[in-house]
Amino acid sequence: MNPQHSVGIVTPQVAHFDAPLKLACGRELTNYDLVYETYGELNEQRSNAVLICHALSGNHHAAGYHSADDKKPGWWDECIGPGKPIDTTHFFVVCLNNLGGCHGSTGPSSINPATGKPWGSDFPPLRTRDWVHSQARLADYLGIECWAAVIGGSLGGMQAMRWSLEFPQRIRHCVVIAAALKLSAQNIAFNEVARQAIESDPDFVDGNYLERSTMPARGLALARMIGHITYLSDDAMANKFGRDLRSGSLDRGEVSNAEFQVQSYLRHQGSQFSGNFDANTYILMTRALDYFDLALEYDNDPVVAFQHAKCSFLVMSFSTDWRFSPERSREIVNALIAADRPVTYAEIEAKEGHDAFLMPIPRYLDVFHAYMLRVRGEN
Amino acid sequence: MRLDLSHIQRWIAPGSRVLDLGCGDGVFLEFLRDQRQVRGTGLEIDQKYITAAISRGINVIEQDMDAGLANFPDQSFDTVVLALALQAVKYPERVLDEVLRIGREGIVTFPNFGHWRCRLMLGLQGRMPVSSFMPYTWYNTPNIHFCTVKDFENLCRDKGIRIVSREVVGETRDQPMLSNKWPNLFAATAIYRISR
Repeated sequence: MNPQHSVGIVTPQVAHFDAPLKLACGRELTNYDLVYETYGELNEQRSNAVLICHALSGNHHAAGYHSADDKKPGWWDECIGPGKPIDTTHFFVVCLNNLGGCHGSTGPSSINPATGKPWGSDFPPLRTRDWVHSQARLADYLGIECWAAVIGGSLGGMQAMRWSLEFPQRIRHCVVIAAALKLSAQNIAFNEVARQAIESDPDFVDGNYLERSTMPARGLALARMIGHITYLSDDAMANKFGRDLRSGSLDRGEVSNAEFQVQSYLRHQGSQFSGNFDANTYILMTRALDYFDLALEYDNDPVVAFQHAKCSFLVMSFSTDWRFSPERSREIVNALIAADRPVTYAEIEAKEGHDAFLMPIPRYLDVFHAYMLRVRGEN
Repeated sequence: MRLDLSHIQRWIAPGSRVLDLGCGDGVFLEFLRDQRQVRGTGLEIDQKYITAAISRGINVIEQDMDAGLANFPDQSFDTVVLALALQAVKYPERVLDEVLRIGREGIVTFPNFGHWRCRLMLGLQGRMPVSSFMPYTWYNTPNIHFCTVKDFENLCRDKGIRIVSREVVGETRDQPMLSNKWPNLFAATAIYRISR
């Protein structure tokens, strides 16, 4: 643990909800848990609360450490903490594991109260708006009427945008990082290959692997490997691995196979992930991502959609992000301009690809920091 | 405040919508917001300026004017400001069209290349003018489309752009008589309020 500029040791908490939640698919969750963490103090006026929405494989542990022995802090520790862009000496930061997740919130690996067995693939499909509505319940539970800002990268940015439309009175600033108004065919294609990788693993058994005490570890690892490639830029991979060999050689007369560094890296990422993540959750999250289309119910016009928003927006993109490229962010910005919404946009030069939103890139942190100072000033 | 900006702020109606093309560190939009309750947006490409503008609470968009302004709807701003930027864009004529497409009114300021000092340097020394106001040499200047007061007014006439008002700023604050009488010779900065 590195205590400098860290929120320190944090303990996840659980909020239980008994009021049924009507989902976009028409089904209902009669009760559910949301696991969350908070950093910083809620002020007396309850005006300094910030909601962090996580991306595809994220969770509630955004900053700090769970114990003094932890080697790695939360997933967005670069941006959350004392003196960091989301400065915990001024903001009360809330991050939760989304519904359908596999880190403590109710999801496919939870017990279905109706059957007494794990939900598995019978867990209701979720949309981004379901997450937003469950997050609003968490805000009620914490006594937060209006967020100073709702912030997210990638799928998290999509939740932040959905917040601005679903609860315009409850959000003052919306920070959308490396996101898009909707997925492209290419995005959906990658997600489909990932799902197919999981579903074609014999250990998946139609999503009911928990009942059978098996794990589609190979399928999930493969899904993660595919996803991971899309998070990195060509340049970042070239810099990190090039054509370096981990074993074997490309010399003449060499019979055995050579292994590139990038191969072993991807396999490592895949197997690590499959040990920590639930396959049904991965399928659920990628579907929610595919189904997300901000303007679908607003005549397919993002300008009409954003006319319902009342907050100010910060949009950021990264030059080498090809998953949600700067062009996708400019579509968001242009719709906001046409909808006459206050918007600030920065296109950050970065070589890390989509993953850049998690990295300590100086200009990114500067812009983020400057904007959050503005949010603070308007508290 | 920069001299040209202190002139043009009087032309901006309280509570109006202003787009500042090349807003720099946002100090002008900040002034308009605080003193005129203006709803402003700035456009900028310089990274340092963008962060500075954000720090002032200005809505600033990172965008290169040379790549077009088509993302701004017709007549979506009351005033579009192009302050000391006309000479630095690739297609000044197109930008002027865009200023008056996006804004009901445009305010354009530029350094006057017809100023007597410029003429003197070019005419007598045979060198491209370099001054405190235009500190760049020809090979490293961002200013690629210099014009004179006369040139600009001719262009406006050719394009059917109406000059609502003109102000000029001399080299120092104490020679307004000369620059008002012979702007093409004595104006260091020309300031125009234009419309269709």
